[in-house]
Amino acid sequence: MNIAAPHRRARSGFVERTLVDINHALEQSIFAERLARQQGLLQGIDARVKVIALLLLLLAVNLSHSLWVIAGLYAAALLLALLSRVPFWAYLKRTWAFTLIFTGIVALPALFITPGPVWVHLPLDIIITQTGGRTALFLLFRTGASVATAVLFVLTTPWNSLLKALGVLHVPDVIILVLGMTYRYIHLLLHTANDMFLSRRSRILKRMTDAEERRLAAATAGTLLAKSLQISSDVYLAMESQGFRGYPRTLETFRMRWSDWCFGMVVVLMSTAAIWLGR
Amino acid sequence: MEPSETYNNAIFELNDVGFTYDGPIVALEHLNLVVKPGERLAILGSNGSGKSTLLKILDGLYFPTSGSLQAFDQIMSEEALRDDRFNFEFRRRVGFVFQDSDAQLFMPTVWEEVAFAPLQLGVEQDEVQRRVDQALQALQIEKLRDRGPHQLSGGEKKRVALASVLSLAPEVWLLDEPSAGLDPRSVSWLIDFIETQRQGGKTAVIATHDLALVEASADRVCVLDEAHHLIAEGTPGEILTDRALLLNANLMR
Repeated sequence: MNIAAPHRRARSGFVERTLVDINHALEQSIFAERLARQQGLLQGIDARVKVIALLLLLLAVNLSHSLWVIAGLYAAALLLALLSRVPFWAYLKRTWAFTLIFTGIVALPALFITPGPVWVHLPLDIIITQTGGRTALFLLFRTGASVATAVLFVLTTPWNSLLKALGVLHVPDVIILVLGMTYRYIHLLLHTANDMFLSRRSRILKRMTDAEERRLAAATAGTLLAKSLQISSDVYLAMESQGFRGYPRTLETFRMRWSDWCFGMVVVLMSTAAIWLGR
Repeated sequence: MEPSETYNNAIFELNDVGFTYDGPIVALEHLNLVVKPGERLAILGSNGSGKSTLLKILDGLYFPTSGSLQAFDQIMSEEALRDDRFNFEFRRRVGFVFQDSDAQLFMPTVWEEVAFAPLQLGVEQDEVQRRVDQALQALQIEKLRDRGPHQLSGGEKKRVALASVLSLAPEVWLLDEPSAGLDPRSVSWLIDFIETQRQGGKTAVIATHDLALVEASADRVCVLDEAHHLIAEGTPGEILTDRALLLNANLMR
């Protein structure tokens, strides 16, 4: 992939910022693909087994009434991350940044409005109840453990395999095909947008005014839309040329190996034990 | 349709074909052309002369707005291609390599891309696996099998596009600007590939403005001018030495 890395300059305007954002998106995608294809425990497991395992683990996390069990499942996710050679701090950051921001906002009121014995008495007669604290903690831990497990499975599975694995959940082939094509053409349009902005940057001699930047953004969006329409038309012709008659036929290549069976069994036992212990 | 082994008549026969896009923008006018089995026909013309439109008409993706087209002795029309049996036979026998590989490579991985056409035509799964592996091997792209199209170079995309048609084992190849954007080594490889197909008895229609490709790959050449008319027909030797003709068609300066 040949993406020119833009350098931040003093006159960082719309073009510069957009280039940085596009490159960031492409870098993230390349990073995720590389991670999913490297050697590691989870990378070696079939995507379809992983999808079922993920569902079982999410079920166990969310059915458990014990913080210790949830913490245990979270620890298992961290161990799997280490065995799958996922960069640890980036993984923690990705998990907790979302959890703390989004779940934190939801959990915060529960501290104060849930009735129960007083846990902490704050100034202005604000009371945090034991029940409220426990509810908020449960919410945070459950979400954290769920997000950590889901992020881990997504990071260690190539996007295309993940989409194909949705077949085991009986997602129709046509939906999987459309999702796969969407992912493929987002890449293409990002590259096109990158080229367009690089070409603009090479011809910009002075800092643009806000009005000029708005016009440039609108023109770029319009051109990209026109290009995407053209591509979609050409893609349809290419599909038609190859015998597509409205419904895709796909190849079933799912073969369980012993490592898939072992992993599946361990997850089934772990989830069952977690649900039983946390009942 | 007749079985391929016994087919000796013209593969395509265009009678006074014209095509106009909405606009109206004329793309082709009064085109008469016959494509014979086993030949390598180059459609030579400058940008916008109607070469790509012609190939899309030959592939039954567009339909003439005037005149008529016969393929394998049958009239080609929207209605004819709606018939599942005719559509199946036609798609099985004719493969189209698009100019823009990005439009042709729409599946998430190279392997799935190459498997797409035979699967749509109902080829047995074991046979699909065999064909895909053979096509990847023939195009020397086995190592790319699990890659996504966005992870490929221009030359690699072209090879995958060719493999996705090769897995169909068509009798007729329609190649739209196959050498566009390729480096000299890839062009040389492409010429060898077309020659290999010819030796296998395949027919090829190549739309291009690459004179070197025409010289190396064609048995017969048809020239389209900028007014969308067929202005000449002959061997590569006759066409490529006619300086006035090439100037008139905006193919040299």
